Amino acid sequence: MAALEFTDAVVRYGAATILGGATLSVETGAFVSIVGPTGCGKSTLLNLAAGLLAPSAGSVRSLGVEVSGVNRKAGYLFQGDSLMPWRNARDNVAAGPQFAGVPLGEARRQADVWLERVGLHGAGNKYPHQLSGGMRKRAQLAQTLVMDPPILLMDEPFSALDVQTRLMMENELLALWAGSGGPRKTVLFITHDLEEAISLSDRVVVLSAGPSTRPIAAFDIDLPRPRDVAEIRHTHAFQEAHARIWDVLRDEVLKTYRRNVAA
Amino acid sequence: MITLYRVLLATALLGLWYLGSATGVLSPLFFGRPEKIAAQVVEWFVTGEIWPHLAVTIAETLMAFASGTIGGVLAGLWLGLSPRSLAVLDPFIKAANAMPRVILAPIFAMWFGLGMGSKVALGFTLVFFIVFFNVLQGVREVSPVVLNGTRMLGANCVQLLRHVYLPAAMSWVFSSLHISVGMAFVGAVIAEYLGSASGVGYLILQAQGVFDVDAVFAGIAVLTACALMLDAIVTIAESRLLVWQPRADIPRDS
Ligand SMILES: Nc1ncnc2c1ncn2[C@@H]1O[C@H](COP(=O)(O)OP(=O)(O)O)[C@@H](O)[C@H]1O
Ligand SMILES: [Mg+2]
Repeated sequence: MAALEFTDAVVRYGAATILGGATLSVETGAFVSIVGPTGCGKSTLLNLAAGLLAPSAGSVRSLGVEVSGVNRKAGYLFQGDSLMPWRNARDNVAAGPQFAGVPLGEARRQADVWLERVGLHGAGNKYPHQLSGGMRKRAQLAQTLVMDPPILLMDEPFSALDVQTRLMMENELLALWAGSGGPRKTVLFITHDLEEAISLSDRVVVLSAGPSTRPIAAFDIDLPRPRDVAEIRHTHAFQEAHARIWDVLRDEVLKTYRRNVAA
Repeated sequence: MITLYRVLLATALLGLWYLGSATGVLSPLFFGRPEKIAAQVVEWFVTGEIWPHLAVTIAETLMAFASGTIGGVLAGLWLGLSPRSLAVLDPFIKAANAMPRVILAPIFAMWFGLGMGSKVALGFTLVFFIVFFNVLQGVREVSPVVLNGTRMLGANCVQLLRHVYLPAAMSWVFSSLHISVGMAFVGAVIAEYLGSASGVGYLILQAQGVFDVDAVFAGIAVLTACALMLDAIVTIAESRLLVWQPRADIPRDS
């Protein structure tokens, strides 16, 4: 059963058609990345999966059920700061269990476990503005993972980080994903960085330039795991995959570029 | 160094005032005499005459502040989350806010009598709008990312209200705390001055009635000291309540 199944999903804002009949299936336990030019509708696609947005036409199913309203099977790692600024790191991570009715003491205990796992041991009392960008991402990750969702939706989560922090977090993400004990989580990962997509994923899906965006190609990435995202980039297989995908992606990026220049 | 200049400036001003009134350049009938004003303040506190009045004024201030804040928060949350109601009520709110509310004091005196009720009512109308507009702004400016993030964590409507909208709105309320406490105080004193049976504003009114300008100034001095003290308490409360905000945050008044 597919973790996520988009069937001819259409999203319109007034006269503008953002997604024009997207069909895509994400199998359970897979790490799938979506790449596409800026503004083509990547976040829109993810918001459909999250249930934060309803399709204008077509359907979105998650683990066999139609998504309507917030998708309770999914956790979402946002590009921006989604931490509540008035809660310290511990209480931000404890929020999910707390909303689900877990007593605050127990929720905080779970939060501490996850803060430790994402490398934020001892930072529980800090407020978001006292954390660095990388630490805030870690806290967001802990906040999402404490809920143990079978599906993880990630929208360019590391794009605001510096290169070193980013590589480190990518490796840690892979370790958390592979080593969580239970069945592997399904990850739908959005990025505009093709190298990031290849080094993390089992499959890379390319979206066409907007408007009326659709997935136009999918590539299986047969690189061995466990991977080191920094080192794998130097392998022949990686570069070959990069060349094949870039061949498709380049045209879409150029279309977007030309339209933006013309506008 | 700055403190020294401040002390010098204060001494110079008081000295000029003293000399002016002693030599008759400043008519003591209109400007009072600083030494008599000081003596009046001391006498009020020594005899204890001032305490009941001060207590009344402060109680009115606190009640006006509390009721205005609660009312403003509730109305701000409601209208912030219901754009249709806001659209309907918008001109009425603008009109009510534009009205010079001091002029309501006589009406409140008729409705609620000369006791504390009419003072609290005037303070309420002043505090309410400050808090209301801040909460409205706070609700509108809740980060959509935080909102969606909280929804994805499974928060229901009540939990969103309690854990996102309310704290976001309260941060704006706290940032306008100085103004709203000040306004509650102003409302109480003005209403007392316009008609009352107790309070510091009433003391001033009485002194004015018998042309005791020294007592008028003494009353003003007590009120000023009291306002400064309230402001200092607000500053302490603020630093406790807003630990989660970055220190360099620009003041977000009005
Ligand atoms: N609420 C909205 N109203 C109108 N247009 C929108 C709205 N949200 C997004 N869009 C448009 O949809 C397109 C896709 O947006 P998005 O999914 O955020 O792109 P991406 O994540 O790929 O950069 C953009 O052109 C954007 O302007
Ligand atoms: Mg995006």
